[in-house]
This record gives sequence, C-alpha cells and structure tokens, in this order.
Amino acid sequence: MIPPADLAFVCALCLARAGLQIDIDKSYLIESRLWPAARREGFDSPESFIEAVRARGDMRMGWGLVEAMSLPESEFFRDREVLLTLIEEVLPRLARARGNEPVRVWSAACGTGQEVYSLAMLLAEAPNLSGRVALFGSDLSERCLEKAQAGIYSQFEVQRGLPARLLVRHFETFGEGFVLSPRIRQLVRWRRVNLMDDLGRDGRFDLVLCRGALGQLAPEARGRVLNSLSGALAPGGRLVLGLKDDPGDAFTRVGPGIFADHHDAVRSAA
Amino acid sequence: MKTCLVVDDSRVIRKVSRRILEDLGFEVAEAGDGVEALAWCSAVMPDVILLDWRMPAMDGMAFLRRLRTERGGETPKVIFCTIENEIERIREALDAGADEYIMKPFDGGIVAAKLAYLGMAA
Repeated sequence: MIPPADLAFVCALCLARAGLQIDIDKSYLIESRLWPAARREGFDSPESFIEAVRARGDMRMGWGLVEAMSLPESEFFRDREVLLTLIEEVLPRLARARGNEPVRVWSAACGTGQEVYSLAMLLAEAPNLSGRVALFGSDLSERCLEKAQAGIYSQFEVQRGLPARLLVRHFETFGEGFVLSPRIRQLVRWRRVNLMDDLGRDGRFDLVLCRGALGQLAPEARGRVLNSLSGALAPGGRLVLGLKDDPGDAFTRVGPGIFADHHDAVRSAA
Repeated sequence: MKTCLVVDDSRVIRKVSRRILEDLGFEVAEAGDGVEALAWCSAVMPDVILLDWRMPAMDGMAFLRRLRTERGGETPKVIFCTIENEIERIREALDAGADEYIMKPFDGGIVAAKLAYLGMAA
C-alpha cells in the first residue's frame, strides 16, 4: 500500500511537470503503473521508488515516475474515418495551398507511434501526396519514443486496427512480433516534447494531431495545451483531436474531430 | 441478422468465437473442418466465415480455395483465425482470397475491429 502522502506527491508531481490529472483515489492504478518503472530503476516496490524520488530530488528519476503515469493511447488506424478524411480531403487541400513547400504534420503525444505510422502508410499509397508531407512525432515519454522509432510491435498491437493487407505490405516478422519497414519508418522524425512547455521552437505546422492526451490533463493544463497547439498551427492549419474532445469556442469543427482556428474558419468562409 | 460460420477443429475456440460473435449480434453456425464447412455453405451461405487453418479432413486453405473457385466473387467475407503468425502465411492467405486475418490468441476487440473494417458490423 502506498501511503497517502506519497500518493499526493505522485499526483502533485505529475500535475506540475506534465499537467496530468491523476485521481488520488485510484491508488491501485498508481501502484500498478509505477511497478515497472520502479523495477527498472532497481527498486523493490513503488513505495521505495517514490521515496527515493522525494528524497533525492533526482530530475531524471522524477521524469521516469511522471512518464510511467502518463499512458498515451496508441492504436493503428484508431477512428479510421478521421484518418481517411485527412488523407482524402484535408491534406490534398493543404498541399495545394502550400505549393512547393512540404505540408508539416505533427502527431503530438504520439505514444508509441501507431497514429503517425498509420498516416505514413496511407501517404505511401496516395501518389498525389507522396513526398509532399513531412511527418513529426513527439511524446513526453522517452520510452515510448524509443519504441516508436524501433517500429517493433507485438502481435496484439498490430491486430487492433491494422488491416492485414497493410501488415503484409509494410511489416516483416520480428521474433514474436513485427517490425515496420525502414521505408515507412524513415518518413517520420521524432522528438521528446512536453506539451506544457513552450512549443514555439519547432516552427508551425499545417496539421497538428493530439487525439489521446487532452483527456488525461487537468482542466487548466488542457486550456494551456490547447492554446499552445493552436499557436503551433500555421495559418489555414487544422487541429485534430479525439472524437470526444471539445476544444471550446476558439475552434470551429470542420470535420470528424478536425478543427480550424475560429478566426481562420470565419476568414475562409468569407 | 448477419450470419457467421465458425470453422475450427477446437470445440473451445468455436465456443469462445460463438460467444464473441453473438455478443456482436451475429447468428452463429459451427463446422469442425473444411468438409463440414463446404456442406454448410452449399446449404446456407453465411455473410462471414471465421476460418482456422490447420484442421483434419480439409484445412482452411483448401476450403478457401474451393469456396472461391466454386462460388467466385467476394462473398462471403473470410477471416482467417489461426495460430499461424508469419507474414508469409498471412500473405498466402490474402492471395488465396481471405479478406482479413486474425492471429490466435485473440479477443472480442480484435474480432470486432476486423468485422468493422470489412463493413460487417452485424
């Protein structure tokens, strides 16, 4: 049993560092998520791991704790209709508007990469977009990014949403799982990004996807992240959220989970 | 109501599959091998077939080839459901006319996702 004071510390640390809202009453959830991280760091229990983070004030270990508590949802072709709308309608329009410049697409909070790789596989089959879209993936968790870059997925992970036709076209058997072809992997560039930080340094993006993270954030953090993501959008760009996410009045819905900055939408309608 | 024929020589797998498919709103029939499955299909053609590979009498691949040769076209939808998990086997199944492929072990979420992808939600 993790003592209440330690649970409070975990919740406060996650909120302060990453805006994550962790329910302090779900101690079993906190404990089960912290076990693997505790073992990796050489501790025999979540309690001793938390105690060490508290006592040592070790930044790296603290991030290990926060990352363990952030569980990004990641699935191939989740909400397939959203991805198809992007490929068939949104990206061709953005590509026309961009002319010779590449369309910049950012999968924020990309988890283990399934979303951005789903787009990459669809792009590989869209001759009108091939070579015209630059894909970026970011996540808070270094471990997720390492897995994403390796492109290795278990049998269970590839079965969830990936059509068999795309599995045989783009993957090879790798041990008990599957590895994505280098041709698709090299289409994506990766970087660790905490959405609570200043997002200005990576330039602007024509399409920003953030489909799994907002629901995990505290209300204040959610507002702040939405604001930053909006600021990262290039003029005419689109923000893609989870189908249940509501970005508020600053955005206008222009497709399934697809939003335009409200002023932008008014301008293009005029 | 859409119908699904579960073809597997394991009674346990047939039972598990039946429960999953009935929860998804399918009417379910069962066959223990390819010969039985062909008999079913000549009487009543299902909308979907969940098909094991390794079976006595007639295996899944032989059944699928017979089905596609004799019936032609793209119906019914055939989803292989097998322990074979090498890319080459999956490719072989798709080339022979399978529409989707499930590797065992599986769960209801995977079956539902494959059916939805094929436009076969009951």
